[in-house]
Amino acid sequence: MLSIKNLHASIEGNEILRGINLEVKAGEVHAIMGPNGSGKSTLASVLAGREEYEVTEGEVTFKEKNLLDLAPEDRAREGVFLAFQYPVEIPGVSSTNFLRTAVNQVREYRGLEPLDAVKFLTLMKEKMKLVEIDQKLLSRSLNEGFSGGEKKRNEIFQMAMLEPTLSILDETDSGLDIDALRIVSNGVNQLKSDKNATIVVTHYQRLLDYIVPDYVHVLYKGRIVKSGTKELAMELEEKGYDWIKEEIDSQATV
Amino acid sequence: MSTLTKQDTFSGLLESAPKNFESIRTLAKGSYLSQGIPAVKAEEYKFTNISKKLEQKITDFSPAMPLAVTAEQVKAAIYEGFEGDLLVFSNGQFLPELSSNIEGIEISLISEKTDLVLGSIAKPEKDAFAALNQASFQDGIFISVPKKTQVEKPILLLSFDQANTGQVIQPRVWIEVGDFAEVTFIDQSVSLGDSSYFVNEVVEVKGGINTHIHYYRLQNEGKNVTEVSTIEADIQKDSTFNSVNISLSGDMVRNNLNLNLIGSNSEGNMYGIYLLNGKTHVDNHTNVDHTIPHAESNELYKGILADHSRGVFNGKIFVRQDAQKTNAFQQNNNILLSEDATVNTKPQLEIWADDVKCSHGCTVGQLDEEALFYLQTRGIDKLQAKGLLLHAFAGEVLEKIAVESFREYCDSLVQERLGSKF
Repeated sequence: MLSIKNLHASIEGNEILRGINLEVKAGEVHAIMGPNGSGKSTLASVLAGREEYEVTEGEVTFKEKNLLDLAPEDRAREGVFLAFQYPVEIPGVSSTNFLRTAVNQVREYRGLEPLDAVKFLTLMKEKMKLVEIDQKLLSRSLNEGFSGGEKKRNEIFQMAMLEPTLSILDETDSGLDIDALRIVSNGVNQLKSDKNATIVVTHYQRLLDYIVPDYVHVLYKGRIVKSGTKELAMELEEKGYDWIKEEIDSQATV
Repeated sequence: MSTLTKQDTFSGLLESAPKNFESIRTLAKGSYLSQGIPAVKAEEYKFTNISKKLEQKITDFSPAMPLAVTAEQVKAAIYEGFEGDLLVFSNGQFLPELSSNIEGIEISLISEKTDLVLGSIAKPEKDAFAALNQASFQDGIFISVPKKTQVEKPILLLSFDQANTGQVIQPRVWIEVGDFAEVTFIDQSVSLGDSSYFVNEVVEVKGGINTHIHYYRLQNEGKNVTEVSTIEADIQKDSTFNSVNISLSGDMVRNNLNLNLIGSNSEGNMYGIYLLNGKTHVDNHTNVDHTIPHAESNELYKGILADHSRGVFNGKIFVRQDAQKTNAFQQNNNILLSEDATVNTKPQLEIWADDVKCSHGCTVGQLDEEALFYLQTRGIDKLQAKGLLLHAFAGEVLEKIAVESFREYCDSLVQERLGSKF
């Protein structure tokens, strides 16, 4: 479904990603872990199409299309979804209107009829249950005045509404208490199927107790330096990242 | 160098002034001649080179006479969903045959009100254009709402303007609102044709105690219109004055809005939006004068500027020594959509009392890129995402319009503009 080959990306002349290789197939959950500043969020941003990053080398194909050629909105319509680390507050734009515009633009792209108000509300009600989000929250401006946990739940709610094939969760666990973490993970797990895939970007292993990955990759200095299964995450939890850093840095000096 | 000089520019206008209100006109003429048309170096017109604009655009400095307006034209100009009474004007002159007969409200020509002290609110010595209007206006409208009258439906002041040879239109309006009365005005001008002309308008509002006055204005005129307008209101004890000004077009537009809070527990609210493209230049100068204790003013003006357009905002809050316990808030936010668009914004606070709450702030920026990206990652087209964000930005001002049908109409104009142009 997703194939990343030798991806290099920089921002303002600083190279952040230095040759990422990753294959993600339908039905899989991949966790991208790594110390702060290793390039995890950059990878998520580049995949979603953030303009500040310049891809200098490499290729990304998604469902046989060159993802890097597509505008952010077309990536979303093709089925890529990014749950933001810091969801943006947008005063004056109602959550419901925003979501209806989004859902219908995505549907139009996929050749589906737009949802009328009634069908849209029915769908919304159904998906709201997934993340235990309150209707009241959705009658407000998008994310405005939401708590950290509410914002993250709203991200997963949007994900449920847009039905992506590839979901990228960027540090969705950061700042969540256990209850919120459980709700958010529960939502993600219910949306999982053998037709879609999930990339979980996280610094901590904690989230992976709830969303169990098939593969774990460690990102360091813009490269995937180690891949394994969920046991690797356990090891990282126990030993921290220093041993990996040392291993890689000593190789580099040789 | 401007060739316009105070002696000759508007001499045609001054000569054709009617022979009524002799002392009032003479006083104003003297005031006009001593001030002259403001040059660029005049502080109050620093960013709005009105004399140059007039020189380029106005070929005939004489009054534009009223033209025939048909009932069909009136019908076509009234926005959909409007429910209320109608006063129709052509080039500033009242057309009673096309206007409503509003029950319980006195409507007359200013020329019939010979004892009216014009200029007692919008004083001619404060501004050359207000002085010029007072010295040379043809006729105007007098509207009086008796005390304890609650006018439930809005009154639409609908002006049809057309001057094929670049002439001058000088509307003059006097509004009196009796104690405990409430009224809403919607002021809208329609340009018939694309020709250049100059509108120099003065509206004076005299409120009684415990009055509630709403004054909404929509400026959506032709691309060649040069306009200076002055609205000035005296706001007494326990009263509220709400102004919402929406500017969408014109060539060069200067709005002076002056609120005088002269009674305690009075409130003056000034809201505005300017949504500009092409080379339109809109200058909003507001001035709120807190003269007494325990009064409040709120101000929010927002600008969205595309192409080569220019916005000017100058908000003056004047708190006199006696005006303790004043609350005055002011905000001006702008979004520039083009490298060639310009905004000059200037808060001006002059505070002589020591126990007051005043705040002001202004911002000039671009669209929030992070918000735009966020919307795009949800599958919303970039252009539409921009429209959504700009509409939300403008919405904060539009929601101040209490007349639902008018708010919806303005909202549709704003959306149309955001959809088509930006």
